[in-house]
Amino acid sequence: MQVTYKPSEEVDFVIVGSGAAGGVLAKELSTAGFKVVVLEQGRWIPPSDFGHDEIAQSQEHSLINSFHRQPQTFRKTPQDKTEKQLSAIYGCCVGGGTVHFTANFWRFHEIDFVERSRRGPMAGTAFADWPITYADLEPYYTRVEWEVGVSGLAGASPFDPYRSKPYPLPPMPVKSSGVIFERAAWKLGWHPFPSPMAILSQPYRGRAGCVHCGRCAGFGCEVGAKSSTLASVIPVAQQTGRCEIRTQSYAFRVKTNRHGRATGVAYFDDRGRRHFQKARAVIVSANGAETPRLLLLSSSGRFPQGLANSSGLVGKHLMTNAHAMVLAAFEQPLNDYTSAAVSRVLHDFYEIDPKLGFCGGGGLDARFGQTPISFALGLTPPGVPRWGKGFKNWLAETYARSMYVMCHATSLPVEDNSFSLDPDLKDAWGLPALRMTHKDHPDDLKTAKYLQDRALELLAQSPATKVWAPPIREATRAVHLLGTCRMGNEPKTSVINADHRTHDVPNLFLCDGSSFVTSGRGQPTMTIQALAFRAADRIATAARRGEV
Amino acid sequence: MNANLGNDLNRRRFLLAGLRGAGGAWVSLHWPAIVAAAQHAAHAREAVPPAKLEVLSAEQAAEIEAAASRIIPSDETPGAREAGVIYFIDRALATFAADSRDDYEKGLPVLQAKTREMFPEAPKFSQATPEQQDAVLKALEEQPIFDLIRTHTVMGFLADPARGGNRGEVGWKLIGYDDSPAFTPPFGYYDRDYPGWQPPEKEDGKK
Repeated sequence: MQVTYKPSEEVDFVIVGSGAAGGVLAKELSTAGFKVVVLEQGRWIPPSDFGHDEIAQSQEHSLINSFHRQPQTFRKTPQDKTEKQLSAIYGCCVGGGTVHFTANFWRFHEIDFVERSRRGPMAGTAFADWPITYADLEPYYTRVEWEVGVSGLAGASPFDPYRSKPYPLPPMPVKSSGVIFERAAWKLGWHPFPSPMAILSQPYRGRAGCVHCGRCAGFGCEVGAKSSTLASVIPVAQQTGRCEIRTQSYAFRVKTNRHGRATGVAYFDDRGRRHFQKARAVIVSANGAETPRLLLLSSSGRFPQGLANSSGLVGKHLMTNAHAMVLAAFEQPLNDYTSAAVSRVLHDFYEIDPKLGFCGGGGLDARFGQTPISFALGLTPPGVPRWGKGFKNWLAETYARSMYVMCHATSLPVEDNSFSLDPDLKDAWGLPALRMTHKDHPDDLKTAKYLQDRALELLAQSPATKVWAPPIREATRAVHLLGTCRMGNEPKTSVINADHRTHDVPNLFLCDGSSFVTSGRGQPTMTIQALAFRAADRIATAARRGEV
Repeated sequence: MNANLGNDLNRRRFLLAGLRGAGGAWVSLHWPAIVAAAQHAAHAREAVPPAKLEVLSAEQAAEIEAAASRIIPSDETPGAREAGVIYFIDRALATFAADSRDDYEKGLPVLQAKTREMFPEAPKFSQATPEQQDAVLKALEEQPIFDLIRTHTVMGFLADPARGGNRGEVGWKLIGYDDSPAFTPPFGYYDRDYPGWQPPEKEDGKK
């Protein structure tokens, strides 16, 4: 049941973004009886149009933000000169990043919410506890698993936090990379377990099960087995007849009235015409880059440094999850380009021994997930010729016989690491471009290195014929966009409260990766969605009481 | 038999070929999804463009193709030339890589000048011997034109054939990539004899 609202009609909620959080909020609030308009800057791509064409994905950027129309800049520190480059990558279609994501779906653990109290302050950071705990979020993690569809094996990891319900679906089948990883880890006394994935291992709620084509990471799932919001919750929102998903609608300003309340959102349509959608309340779920950018673009006489920015922290404390990898080649084919990217993971190093002198932790997983071109152009180890017969032989011998161990790590919240408005560069609509400032905290790089050493230790126990650890570099590009409108009880040190309401504007809510206080260990989408289910509960309750 | 039915049967045969070892129950459970995936793949196959040049001149194409076939040479197995990489590059320059046209316009003269400088008897890169061509490319390894041709050659060798290169999927066959729309376990050698999830008993009491 399709519904369309006139922009002049005041709906209950306008939500900016239809991704991991926006899709969930749209479904929750529309099924709760509210009128909802979702403004999505991307197109609605029917699943039948999600192809396997690597050029469309990597060169034509069919599912992500267009650098051509929305250029960005980067600098390491505020003292450095900016360079024009693609620095923040996010989903740009209905479903947002959940359309192209790899679908690793770990929950955060208890420690992620209280690590500051446990470890104490960290120099050069604004390390803080969350105003909520794992126990507050647990019921919502369970709802995510059952409502979007997550495959996994409860109890398989001794490090897993408490869960109130098992996974709704059995784990995905193990791949060769997973078997190699599992056997090597067991030799070391470590605890590998079947990876929790937001991919249906079996048909579920009218959706098809995974057919193991292998095009998850970077691609959309044409059978709908990957649990994007496009495949899972957005159809439910639409069926209510109360939720309109308005595509190719690029929000550029949250408007406020003289009482300091939000009145709706101004946006450009696909032909560059301006519109204004009126709403009783505004929810911004535009991702950790575009949410702060929209607030900064919404500055006014009353809010001179940007909307909801009395703390000055909008856009600050960007966390991107440090990472490292180790590649390994084997004698026999793994064919690991098939099926879901990851089938085994381990959390033995979720909390690294504080005696080592740095703060952090992470997880390791076994994967490959390389498309032919990205492999051939991106992963030539030292000593392999870059062209000619030697290069050709390497391709022939290595592609189907490779895997890598991916190390996912924490990032500490550093105030200078941020998204802001570039003072010089404009996008195709004439709006200030996104500027990313980012330099990894030394502890993040030490954590990544520590985990990479564990991956080397693991692969030394495997039958690998060749192992290669690419050097760890400072991140100049981010796909995990976290912490830029952080949650907290104190208006001076945070942007939103524990109910996702901005401290400054009573009917403006933010919910996405920007809400994070800590980075977690590298798989943020599950927690973004748990927060969205919880936020929807809080917002709906407040709205029913007339407190929005 | 009408043409559509023939296509459907071909598609079905193609599908089943892709489902290595799939059981009947699995196939029927997933059939709608597999058909969706396979129709997509089949459409891509039908869309292989004809071998003609739209952007590059015949001379430019000859120079680029000569370089491409040193980057991925033809030996016991097909190389860039047999894969039709040059048609991929021409189409790329008409579409997603239109910004690179200038780089070729500026870069190809660099390739030719270096050839004449090193081997005055060869007026063009494509007329030099393979050994001479390798020497020229070696000398240009740090130049933008080398990187450009290398990048586009690798793409054209391994991209979906609908993009004009990777003819007959020769690139995919070389590296062992199977474009089937669906697979069933076991996927590779090391998961063939997996006995199922059987974690060892731990002395530390952790399961």
